[in-house]
Amino acid sequence: MGKREAAIAGLAEWAPQRRWDRPMFSMEAAAELAALALADADIEHGEVDGLVTGPVFESPMFAPSALAEYLGVRANFAEVVDLGRGLAGGHGLESGGGHRGGSLRHGPRRLHDRAPAAAALAWRRSGSRPRAHSRLPGGDAWGSPQGQFELPSGLVAATPSFALIASRYLARFPTAPETLAKIAVHERENAAHNPKAIFRNEPITIEDVLSSRMVADPLKLLEVVMPCFGGGAVIVTRSDRAGRGPHRPVFVSGYGERLTHKSITYAPDLVETPTRVASERAFQMAGVARSDVDVALPYDCYTITVLLTLEDAGFCKKGDGGVFLEDHDLRHDGDFPLNTHGGQLGMGQAGLAGGLSHVTEAVLQIQGRGGERQVRSCDVAYVNGTGGMMAEQVALILEGA
Amino acid sequence: MGTRMSEDGRPLPVPNPTTAPFFDAAREGRLRLQRCPRDGLFFYPRSRCPGCLGDDWSWEDVSGRGSLHAFTVDRVGHDPALTRDVPFAIAVVELEEGPRMTARMVDCGLDDLRVGMPVEATFETLEDVPLVRFRPRQVERLPIGGA
Repeated sequence: MGKREAAIAGLAEWAPQRRWDRPMFSMEAAAELAALALADADIEHGEVDGLVTGPVFESPMFAPSALAEYLGVRANFAEVVDLGRGLAGGHGLESGGGHRGGSLRHGPRRLHDRAPAAAALAWRRSGSRPRAHSRLPGGDAWGSPQGQFELPSGLVAATPSFALIASRYLARFPTAPETLAKIAVHERENAAHNPKAIFRNEPITIEDVLSSRMVADPLKLLEVVMPCFGGGAVIVTRSDRAGRGPHRPVFVSGYGERLTHKSITYAPDLVETPTRVASERAFQMAGVARSDVDVALPYDCYTITVLLTLEDAGFCKKGDGGVFLEDHDLRHDGDFPLNTHGGQLGMGQAGLAGGLSHVTEAVLQIQGRGGERQVRSCDVAYVNGTGGMMAEQVALILEGA
Repeated sequence: MGTRMSEDGRPLPVPNPTTAPFFDAAREGRLRLQRCPRDGLFFYPRSRCPGCLGDDWSWEDVSGRGSLHAFTVDRVGHDPALTRDVPFAIAVVELEEGPRMTARMVDCGLDDLRVGMPVEATFETLEDVPLVRFRPRQVERLPIGGA
């Protein structure tokens, strides 16, 4: 079944927090997370020969070498991947697995014989308030199209952009607000069984969602993620090396990515997302059917994101997402377990690590480490990452050995 | 920055040599897009056509008419500069000629917005910078029921 050369052997994940009580720089966070994840995988620091990371805020230029130096890694490859939270949703894994783009051909070289490991790191340092120089998602400089043609309209953030998507979807495919609210409610119920979830002690009802404050029509407050602090890392290695570790190896058996636009204005179609192509490629590569999936972990910055992703990943037809949601129980013990960690809606969105949380949850579930929220007999996970305005999309199929 | 703040703190576009003809036309109350001889009209202004990377495009005035493709009402202001404007409507408009653009909706009741409704471009000037807005467009209707 698909590609089984690379496997995830271990991980680290900090519980998201509204206020971070241990101020640290990106590289310090990377070192902490790498140490934790290597210990989890029982892989020695000296075995690491690759690095994949998100932005290194205090050393943005030549960040890969800065990180290699700081971590004391002699890397045969190192990358900063700029795919928004799509990075954390798996792009880093593709790279770490030697599978990405051009590196597909060179995979074996990247995963050379010396039992390599790669840490895919994601970390948020800034607070929830946007800083003056990054008022546009992506932070635009003079000459940027968004700076001239979007910002002056007032479209300055992700929430109004996803609200535009939802507006278009609901006009084409009328869907009851209760149906979308169910996503937030079931994810919050899953969060109740995740000790690291920020909303673990705050259950909500459909009525709570519907009566929460309108933020950007039609999106209400409880349909929107809360930014917070946190961090995560995973260790990717050759499958045989992973097999000698303490946990069940988790194969990266399929992946796909797709990008077509930055601003939602110029998306080829507001409600047909790039996830469709990315997911189809991932399923094809893995040789896995939709019905084989034991747990689905779609990116969930908003409820509408989940609905569109379920459709475009092929779990149901375009336009049938509402019926699909009504027909299925999304809780960890339901018939379609979805975002069993609570999703980012229930766990908190810790910057890039928010996207990574879908990967780490898939790994925990497949390794049987899900605790109270463990899905019964979990072997195959679908994971999706979204960066930007439904713009930078990644799909992964993860499978237990 | 591709944008700057007005004296009263509103975001304003800063044209560059490629996009200046769009803003020059907008200053005169005209919506002007680029047309590629192979791929047709495109927006936003670019140095080369996004369909073929050709550079033999020309500028062309368009009708300014379109329909509301999607909209939202920002109730909170996702930037400190925008909190004084809330609630305000942001529209993705599909122009009659095809391309989509995003702009603020004006002269409309926020509860009256519907996807698919006819809209037309209108122009505002702030600190000598022309801003494209859209407003509802009256469509001539035939009398119902006959005379």
